[in-house]
Amino acid sequence: MEIRKKVQAGTLQSSDLMVFVEPAETLSIEIESTVKKQFEHLIHARIEVVLERLQVTRGHIRLSDRGALDYAIEARVEAALRRAALEG
Amino acid sequence: MSALQLRRTLLYVPGNMPSMLQNIPIFQSDGVIIDLEDAVPLSEKDAGRILVRRFLDAYAQRNKEILIRINPLDSKWGIEDLRAVLPALPDGIRLPKADTPEIVERLDTLLTEFEEELGIEIGRFKILPSIESAAGVINSIKIARCSQRVFALAFGAEDYTASLEIERTKTGEELFHARTRVIWAARAAGIQAIDSIFADVGDMEGLRRETELIKRLGFTGKSLVNPRQIEVVHEVFAPKREEIDYALQVVEAIQKARAMGTGVISLGGKMVDAPVVKRALRVLKTARAHHLIDMDIDDEVIYGQE
Repeated sequence: MEIRKKVQAGTLQSSDLMVFVEPAETLSIEIESTVKKQFEHLIHARIEVVLERLQVTRGHIRLSDRGALDYAIEARVEAALRRAALEG
Repeated sequence: MSALQLRRTLLYVPGNMPSMLQNIPIFQSDGVIIDLEDAVPLSEKDAGRILVRRFLDAYAQRNKEILIRINPLDSKWGIEDLRAVLPALPDGIRLPKADTPEIVERLDTLLTEFEEELGIEIGRFKILPSIESAAGVINSIKIARCSQRVFALAFGAEDYTASLEIERTKTGEELFHARTRVIWAARAAGIQAIDSIFADVGDMEGLRRETELIKRLGFTGKSLVNPRQIEVVHEVFAPKREEIDYALQVVEAIQKARAMGTGVISLGGKMVDAPVVKRALRVLKTARAHHLIDMDIDDEVIYGQE
């Protein structure tokens, strides 16, 4: 799956997160979270799972976390990537 | 005995809110209706269904009935909703705008196709049609019987009053005929009837009054908009101690009558015969489902053996 355009997904509610995705030549991941110190590696791992499932190999992914659980992180990243891959 | 599945409370949970979704395991309602329709804005339909799918995948230890309210089948989201959530195996689909049996039959066919694709038992996914327009009320008798998957009819008073261009009141006179018809349709088909939501979350007395009314009319449960409403509805639906005691006396009396070779007997000056026993058994089955009594209840008690 190709990131064709700049999009976002998610909300600012607690237990949710916002994901911002834009096209780039290489893959980069940026994480903002109140629990970054303890959980950054886990959040990173969740993002990797989705990137692999959807076969995304490049693009810039920024995530602003509001204390989301794993399933919500996966869902919002997936929603953002699917939106970014749409034509038009 | 045929076990009674309690559906006193079906709580709506917005499909695009993680903070509500992840509380589903701890809500005390008999079931939840995860909403992809009105609770999800048009711009978030895609994200909502992905969130629900991932939540259900993660919610492995299911402890209540899970229904999904999809978007109407004639909208551009309905079928995509099914495609996204069915692999996560919800128990059933609440179908909005179920105005005709043909619409419900269409969903039945789609569910069969998905079941074949997923390699699961045909008929696993159930259907709860929403009767929420004048046409739906008129067609409810056919809708209740149009598919083996239909386990109850749900009345939607908000959309129904909108379709009639009238106000919904707290006393509900305007709903009386429609509610009664939905109950007749459901009961004649041998399925349950679920009443509409009560929107004023602050008015617990109003909720109690409405629940008492709809229980008397014959509804077996109610859709809810807030977890705070669960307790009141459960209280109203729980059989009272006196009702259980009386039902036990009725069963004892009819057994005594049979031993004497008759099908009718007097209990405390009132006649007890088959319909009275039938109601008593209903009370006992409900009490059993509430874990208020622990006994085997046999329908044979009503008419005795041949």
